[in-house]
Amino acid sequence: MALTGLEIYKQLPKTNCKECGFPTCLAFAMKLAQKGTELSKCPYVTDETRAALDAAAAPPIRLVGVGVGERRFEVGNETVLFRHEKTFYHQPGLVVRLRDDDPQLATLAKQVDGYAVERVGMSLRLDGIALENHSGNADTFAAAVRTVKDNSAVPLIIMSQDPAAVEAALAIVGEEKPLVHAATPSNWQAMAELAAGYGCPLTVLDTGDLTGLAELASQVREAGVEDLILDPGARELNEMLTAFTQLRRLALKKNFRPLGFPLIAFAGADTVEEEALRATQAIAKYAGIVVLDHMEPALLYPLITLRQNIYTDPQKPIQVEPRLYEVGTPDETSPLLITTNFSLTFFSVSGEVEGTGKPAWLLVADADGQSVLTSWAAGKFDALKIAKTVKESGVETKLAHHKLVIPGHVASLSGEVEEELPGWQVMVGPREAVDIPTYLKTVWSQS
Amino acid sequence: MNTVEIPQEKWTGAVRTVTLGSTDEGGTRTSTVTVGGETTLPFLHFEGQMPYRPVVAAEVTDEEPTDWSPELLSAWGELVRDPGAWAAKAVELGADLIAVKLRSCHPERSNCSANDAVATVKKVLSAVGVPLIVYGPGAAEKDNEVLVAVAEATKGERLALANCEDKNYRTIVAAALGNGHLVVGQSPIDVNLAKQLNILISDMGLPLDRVLMDPTTGALGYGIEYTYSVMERLRLAALMGDAMTQQPMICTVGEESWRQKESRASEGVPEEWGDFATRGVVWEASTALAVLEAGADIVVLRHPKSITLIKQGIDDLMKGAVN
Repeated sequence: MALTGLEIYKQLPKTNCKECGFPTCLAFAMKLAQKGTELSKCPYVTDETRAALDAAAAPPIRLVGVGVGERRFEVGNETVLFRHEKTFYHQPGLVVRLRDDDPQLATLAKQVDGYAVERVGMSLRLDGIALENHSGNADTFAAAVRTVKDNSAVPLIIMSQDPAAVEAALAIVGEEKPLVHAATPSNWQAMAELAAGYGCPLTVLDTGDLTGLAELASQVREAGVEDLILDPGARELNEMLTAFTQLRRLALKKNFRPLGFPLIAFAGADTVEEEALRATQAIAKYAGIVVLDHMEPALLYPLITLRQNIYTDPQKPIQVEPRLYEVGTPDETSPLLITTNFSLTFFSVSGEVEGTGKPAWLLVADADGQSVLTSWAAGKFDALKIAKTVKESGVETKLAHHKLVIPGHVASLSGEVEEELPGWQVMVGPREAVDIPTYLKTVWSQS
Repeated sequence: MNTVEIPQEKWTGAVRTVTLGSTDEGGTRTSTVTVGGETTLPFLHFEGQMPYRPVVAAEVTDEEPTDWSPELLSAWGELVRDPGAWAAKAVELGADLIAVKLRSCHPERSNCSANDAVATVKKVLSAVGVPLIVYGPGAAEKDNEVLVAVAEATKGERLALANCEDKNYRTIVAAALGNGHLVVGQSPIDVNLAKQLNILISDMGLPLDRVLMDPTTGALGYGIEYTYSVMERLRLAALMGDAMTQQPMICTVGEESWRQKESRASEGVPEEWGDFATRGVVWEASTALAVLEAGADIVVLRHPKSITLIKQGIDDLMKGAVN
């Protein structure tokens, strides 16, 4: 938990020597609290004070990275229980669990590695593979680790509670900093030694209560592993929600260090649909890593979308630049459509227009990054705004016609827009982007 | 190490309880449904009470919804042409409530009359014993006409009349007041607008145990994060004692998630979107679970699979409830 300026001041020498560059110790403390300077600027601070202030400055949930290189992902460092309080910072890694004795392992590993889907102009991917020592055999496991390594570049989770199997796996991929899963009350010494030796993050798994989990995490830390992920063993919806909420609160509200680490959720279920529910909850409610059992695009795409939604900064909706866009190579006869600069709106509309294969002019109004309905309700996408956008865009000179298609949701504005834009014919388009192709083929073509 | 002490919040407020349907005084329901009453955040049974489980309403329409996703139409089959049989099947699948959408009355559709609407609602009332939510066609003046007629013809049933918005609340609230019904107050994804509407409704004399609150649902991928956060803020305010945010919340999950491209287009979409039928159900179920975690007391769903799936999910989330 961050300290206030006054709390820091109490620990400073209070001599106002000015050697730190600030006129008083209090001014220095205030700047420190805002993270505007560093404690090392004070030559007289004691080691004791330094340790106390460093500990206080550490994030309540440690940032833990898995893997190396381009596909490495980091989780943790969250600061709030509810996204509206600030934002959620590090989106959970979405990982698919594969078994070491699966004959399709190489193919599946390639699929996880290569899966990518585009949404609002961003390419969204999976983050890793959790390879499980399902066979129970260390040699099979080692061979499978090699297969996965040869067929994918994503970070790994090495899943085995047998230190011999983990050791065999780390001999192959230890340098790539996989997450080792898991240290339990019965194997933690050996697991901690392996993880510390390779500098890998380590999951701490205790299926009992949080006291046991805290004790185990502390033991593992004392054995030299700092980068921990917690698994309280909860798998069903309610027990997972309970445990994850309690862990997040302990870290954020109590600054409880022994449990100040990201959480891993195993969302696997018999059916894709049940798995979707568990993973939905895990994404919304505090998981740092979500492990799935089905390499099923119809599951992955909704979850990747949800993750993007929940981890969007509420203060900064994703926007596009308001201006005139060309879809294809439009000419003076191409249709002109107007919409708002909420990126989802923009990409939905432009995607549909592109899909028709015919060029078009797409005019994007500055509606504070809000959707058509929201901005209309807020008075940011009214007749005046539409008329002003058309006039300022200079689109008129590019067209042989004077027809403007407005979104169906603001059909009620058509009369007013015609008043504001003398000489223009305002046409009411569909409410939903998905209906644009039909509209352009029928209504527009016949106009 | 000492026992880890679990942090608990001391909430001072609670969500109001609202009962839909009536088995007496004009009501013909065989059972009623009560929602609300929470004294903690959703499903945190270690901290407070959740005396009434969240419920699932199945949406049925009064005429064949030809523009619905092909996946929905094939899942329900012939039933989409018979609202009574459709509703009965939904109840059999586990729906706690039926949401009847009077879409045929829309001037741009069949423009059916208020009398037609009354006949449909009566048909559904006789086909099922569970309480009803009745949605107007979604065209301002026609909504008023149709909902008032339905309210008068079903006096005492404790139907929920929807939607009651800032532009029509006087008419809808008066119809509810005079005929022993409830209203669903809908406001556009904003804490203050939701509060304001509750105040307006309350000022007309409708007791707040007859008001449900619809914060407006954004589907997964289409604004769910706004709905999710507004609902969390409303529920936190309710638990902190803000009286005008303490209405149980209802979300039209089915309508929103099934009108998106992901659940409507089976062809010409990226391969990475996966199997069409599975994707649509997951889209709806994931949206539903997210709003339940944010405080929804009623989710209105469309797909039969989602109904059973979300019922199971609620069962699981209610484990450990001490009531």
